[in-house]
Amino acid sequence: MWDYLKLVVLGLLALGAAIAANYARDLAYQVNAVTVMLAAGITFLVVLRGMDEVKTVNRNEYMDGVVRAGVIATAFWGIVGFLVGVVIASQLAWPWLNFEALQGMGNFGRLRPLHTSAVIFAFGGNALIMSSFYIVQRTSAVRLWGGNLGWFVFWGWQLVIVLAATGYVLGGTQSKEYAEPVWYVDILITVVWVAFLAVFAGTLMKRKEPHIYVANWFLLAMIITIAMLHLVNNMAIPVSFFGSQSVQVTSGVQDAMIQWWYGHNAVGFFLTAGFLGMMYYFVPKQAERPVYSYKLSIIHFWALIFLYIWAGPHHLHYTALPDWASTLGMVFSVILWMPSWGGMINGLMTLSGAWDKLRTDPVIRMMVVSIGFYGMSTFEGPMMSIKAVNSLSHYTDWTIGHVHSGALGWNGMITFGALYFLTPRLWNRDGLYSLKLVSWHFWLATIGIVLYASAMWVSGIMEGLMWREVDANGYLVNAFADTVAAKYPMNVVRMLGGLLFLSGAVIMCYNLWMTVRAQPAKVTSHAAVPAE
Amino acid sequence: METYSTLRQFADSWALLSLFLIFLGVIVWAFRPGSRKTHDDVAKSIFRNDKAPAPADDPKPHVKEA
Repeated sequence: MWDYLKLVVLGLLALGAAIAANYARDLAYQVNAVTVMLAAGITFLVVLRGMDEVKTVNRNEYMDGVVRAGVIATAFWGIVGFLVGVVIASQLAWPWLNFEALQGMGNFGRLRPLHTSAVIFAFGGNALIMSSFYIVQRTSAVRLWGGNLGWFVFWGWQLVIVLAATGYVLGGTQSKEYAEPVWYVDILITVVWVAFLAVFAGTLMKRKEPHIYVANWFLLAMIITIAMLHLVNNMAIPVSFFGSQSVQVTSGVQDAMIQWWYGHNAVGFFLTAGFLGMMYYFVPKQAERPVYSYKLSIIHFWALIFLYIWAGPHHLHYTALPDWASTLGMVFSVILWMPSWGGMINGLMTLSGAWDKLRTDPVIRMMVVSIGFYGMSTFEGPMMSIKAVNSLSHYTDWTIGHVHSGALGWNGMITFGALYFLTPRLWNRDGLYSLKLVSWHFWLATIGIVLYASAMWVSGIMEGLMWREVDANGYLVNAFADTVAAKYPMNVVRMLGGLLFLSGAVIMCYNLWMTVRAQPAKVTSHAAVPAE
Repeated sequence: METYSTLRQFADSWALLSLFLIFLGVIVWAFRPGSRKTHDDVAKSIFRNDKAPAPADDPKPHVKEA
């Protein structure tokens, strides 16, 4: 009965998408409609072929298939996102790479949102979804709630990524930073995200452990807050039912404030709270010691979520935003330094008494460096939010360097650590294929980030100083093009840093692939006991 | 405009105070007497049930008889 309902819905969806593709007013919408039609059609066939099968669910097993798929998707989108990053970094260094034949599709302006969304929402999003599903099952001691709803979340998210990515390249965007997806993709995101919340909360509600482990608090805060931010920031009225363009409900400084309330909390809750949830599970697991202080983790959690939501206005210093609002954002950003460092200390001190593992285990080294970068960028961020510093740093490459030391260093490295942790366990393999390759990955990634961040510091501070330089008569000394020319060497170094980071990730994919292909299966303990 | 002023005044007085008190309450609750045992147990919960869910008939699998 349930299957028939699915078939009807999927059939209608495919038909509707086909009609929409026919009436499409713009190319991005048309390509998206065809993609939806194909996705609905394929899902229709999969459901149809599975109609007669007797579905058995083993309640004594965790639902790990969807986590395995998440591991593959995270690694895949990571490579895609980093590769596009290297391409656009090269375009900034050598503008002729914006090929004439690709204008309007392959130029920097079209590829840049592709890069940011691929790394944040495709790589980071898949990392969050798969670790949430893994962590919530283990810490609740029950199988994932909702059956195939977990698979709906996984495939729904992949569809969101494909629709958004193809849309950006063809010009379908609502021009909000980190919220570029157009109105119908926003609706799909909402549906998938609510399903994600249902699966996560459903599993928590039937948990066998009396207490909810702190990692789940961070992950749940991430899911709920992102839902709220997404709904408010994407209040828009479509121009046509058959087109990708829409008009924002709010305008002017209100819209700017909502955008950066969203934008900063995408950093605060998606890239910080969610990944802190990963840290609070994977670091103690890999170190084989409980978290340093559980009390500190509780205070870390509440302080972080009480403060982060107010920090957004620091993106709008010296704009039409009222002064009190931007001061408020600055003050909260500076206070935020304390819980951030509390969390960093908690993560690092988890290794106290096990520091020797740093020498022998490159995976824990990766996690520790990731926490180090978390500490560094959560120091840099509050500093940059101070108005006087911001007047120098804003609109320069310093901001880009700050974002990347956080994204590559903190989010990237903790995700790599999680992938190295999960792959042997999920495929039941006896350890990783090669620890030496993990070391290679570690050093390539770390050197890459250091090159990237230092190049952007130099470039950003130089830009800021050049823009404000005036001569004795009060005239500006430098034209904008002068700063662009002066940035050339730093842009090349930035591209090289990105290339090193990408190479490390490629080595990781090879290592994970070989772990699944070539490593012997792990012998379970009872099988090793000789029969007597 | 009047709504704005009212809301603004409420936000930076009673709302601020109550949020701050809730936050202090959370800290006091975290340090309440007897919480150490619970917290130690929770912190170690990640080392249980690694391979398979807890058996259905046992609601609190790890709690040993005192």
